[in-house]
Amino acid sequence: MNKTLTVRYFAMFREQAGCEQETVELAAETAADVFRALGHRHGAAEPLAHCKVAINDRMAAWDAPVADGDTVLLFPPVAGG
Amino acid sequence: MRMVTTAIDPAALREELADPAAGGYAAFEGWIRNHNEGHDVLRLEYEAYEPLAVSEGERVIREALERFDVLRASCVHRHGLLEIGDCAVWVGVSAAHRDAAFLACRYIIDEVKIRLPIWKKEHYADGNSGWVNCERCAAHG
Repeated sequence: MNKTLTVRYFAMFREQAGCEQETVELAAETAADVFRALGHRHGAAEPLAHCKVAINDRMAAWDAPVADGDTVLLFPPVAGG
Repeated sequence: MRMVTTAIDPAALREELADPAAGGYAAFEGWIRNHNEGHDVLRLEYEAYEPLAVSEGERVIREALERFDVLRASCVHRHGLLEIGDCAVWVGVSAAHRDAAFLACRYIIDEVKIRLPIWKKEHYADGNSGWVNCERCAAHG
C-alpha cells in the first residue's frame, strides 16, 4: 500500500532534485526503499552505504521502517570539519 | 555542541573548559586551506542541517566523556561561506592528564567529520565548484 511521505533533500541531493522537499506516494517499507525509489530525483550518484538518513528528525538506520506521514531526510555523504 | 555562522573564538571557548581538577587541555582547530586534491580553492561553503548536527554532535561529546577520563569537552562548527584561513571547527577537551585529553579530542573531531549532517562545497580558482566527499567514503571506495 502506498504511503504519503515528505522527503527532504540536502546539499548535492537538493541541487540534483531541484527542490528542498517534496511529497511523494511510495510503496516503501524502509528508509532504503525510499532512497532507491527516488534515485531518479537525487541522482543515485552516491551508494546508499555512503549516505545517511533521518526519519522525523532522528538519525535512522537504512532498514528502519517508514510510516504514512513520515518525513524522510536524505543526506548525501557528509564532510564536516 | 554549537553550530555558528560567525567567527569562532578559540580563546573564549578555552575558558569554558577550565576546571580546578584539570591538568591541561587539548584542542583542535580545523582551518580552511587553499588547496584540495590538486585544486586551488578560493573559499568553502558549508551547509548543515542544524538540528541534527547539534544532537549528533552532543552524542559524540557524550561518548567521549564516557570513553575517556576527561573533565569537559566541547565542539563548535561554523557554517555558511568561509574564506581561506578561517576556523571551521574547534574541539577542546580538558582532563587531569594529557593522554586522555588528546585521545578524546581526536575521537570527537574524527566522529564529527563522518557523522554530523554537514557538507562542504569548494569554490575553485578556475570558476568551478564541487561538493567534497567524506573521507571515509573516499578511503573505503
